[in-house]
Amino acid sequence: MEKWADNKAWFLVLPVFVVVAFSAIIPLMTVVNYSLQDIFGPGNAVFVGTEWFKEMLTDTRLHDALGRQFIFSSLVLMIEIPLGILIALAMPKKGWGASASLVTLAIPLLIPWNVIGTIWIIFTRPDIGLFGVGINSLNLLDVPFDHTARPSYAWVTLMAMEVWHWTPLVALLCYAGLRAIPEAYYQAAKIDGASSWAVFRYIQLPKMRGVLTIAILLRWMDSFLIYAEPFALTGGGPGNSTTFLSIYLVKLATGQFDLGPAAAFSLIYFLIVLLFCFIFYQALLNVGKGEKTS
Amino acid sequence: MKIQKRTFALLFYFLVLIVPIYWMLNMSLRSNADIMSAFSLYPSNITFENYIKVFTDHTWYSGYINAMIYVSLNTVMSLAFALPAAYAFSRFKFLGDGQMFFWLLTNRMAPPAVFLLPYFQLYSTVNLIDTHIAVALAHCLFNVPLAVWILEGFMSGIPKEIDETAFIDGYSFPRFFITLFIPLIRAGVGVTAFFCFMFSWVELLFARTLTVTEAKPIVATMTRTISATGLDWGLLAANGILTIVPGALVIWFVRNHLAKGFALGRV
Repeated sequence: MEKWADNKAWFLVLPVFVVVAFSAIIPLMTVVNYSLQDIFGPGNAVFVGTEWFKEMLTDTRLHDALGRQFIFSSLVLMIEIPLGILIALAMPKKGWGASASLVTLAIPLLIPWNVIGTIWIIFTRPDIGLFGVGINSLNLLDVPFDHTARPSYAWVTLMAMEVWHWTPLVALLCYAGLRAIPEAYYQAAKIDGASSWAVFRYIQLPKMRGVLTIAILLRWMDSFLIYAEPFALTGGGPGNSTTFLSIYLVKLATGQFDLGPAAAFSLIYFLIVLLFCFIFYQALLNVGKGEKTS
Repeated sequence: MKIQKRTFALLFYFLVLIVPIYWMLNMSLRSNADIMSAFSLYPSNITFENYIKVFTDHTWYSGYINAMIYVSLNTVMSLAFALPAAYAFSRFKFLGDGQMFFWLLTNRMAPPAVFLLPYFQLYSTVNLIDTHIAVALAHCLFNVPLAVWILEGFMSGIPKEIDETAFIDGYSFPRFFITLFIPLIRAGVGVTAFFCFMFSWVELLFARTLTVTEAKPIVATMTRTISATGLDWGLLAANGILTIVPGALVIWFVRNHLAKGFALGRV
């Protein structure tokens, strides 16, 4: 669609610009301000330049949190994307079954994030939880299951919760992508005698490319920002084994009131996210182009 | 046969999806002493005391009222701000439009934890701490860009000739926009409202930071209680179940538009 060239359109964008600027630019400038100073109290601050940045870039706890974050986000993608595709393929195409599936899938997405944590605490507790009691009654583990007992148990619980919570989003996206495929494609494949694998590989998968790109990037970004669920479930423990970037940042900022280092950390964190965001945006633009030319 | 196997697998998945929620429901219908003393797959002597406590104790039920107030405020604000902007992005080429759009999107992706500290200070400075408007405004950070993004997709699907015809017919811009254009994209407005509601409803970090008592939402009340009162599991579960209810209601209303909203892939 050819667009009108008119800079007066800025008047329409202005309200959004003002409200988002108030919520984003002013706070971000405050963070920049903190990151360059050592603050002892109100009106008592010393300019320290890049010291906090140096400190944070060499901080091993930050490196560990970043490493855990990458492992976590990669695992999330590796499990949720294939599972989501499978669920979308299995879902009924029309009728009440389709509506019921959609509603069921959407429920976990509308539960407040810390309540998700609460659900999984209650579900996996070794004394009252169905999962915890169930797995311990099998006597397979040398140490009884308790998500606060061992890092590996905490990770399993956390991954189960994450997959439970967000796979529906991937499934919904894939389902929407599948619904957009014209029936004629399937008929043509049927005439050619294509196997169901061939239909998936050469019709469904290419047609889902757009939604899959979005699903992968959304899950990557959002799992990178994860806070409330692990906060409610494990609180970052046992030890620091499930302390991800946001949790560490909040601990640093509100627990210890290390404003300078926390601000420097915030900016580093923000820049990493911004980099992903740029890649995300480029990928989205290219996906749009690909669909128009084909 | 193959279809049946597939349906069976799907039903199994939905079962896995439902069981943790069922377990919380089970807990919410039992008293705390009952929960701690005996393990049971279903509530054998059902009690509603947890729910009664939530509905009669001000510290609990006010949390739901507060949350509903700021979530509704945020949804209305996000839509009001985003509608004209989305129109501009879908219809006009203007200086810095691409950059502006990208910048808006970065805010959807920004880690809320980064904004935590400055938010507290900023809202303290303007005396908005512990008000509903503060949380609603803070949630605009991610909901307004999201709303612009979704609405732009819906608006771009409406041919520009409609606008042109309306202007030739002598419609002023506000009149055209409100009486003709918005009704045309009402499905898009519904989907946008759904997502704004959803993201504002589930958010914890800002809601907890910006409220103290007067506007404290239920999610914040719950996190504080976990650490404070030696864990009343039944009460916690009852609250958890009640936080699911508004979401489930909203899903039910938009179920027919849900797939279309996701089809745009703009979440």
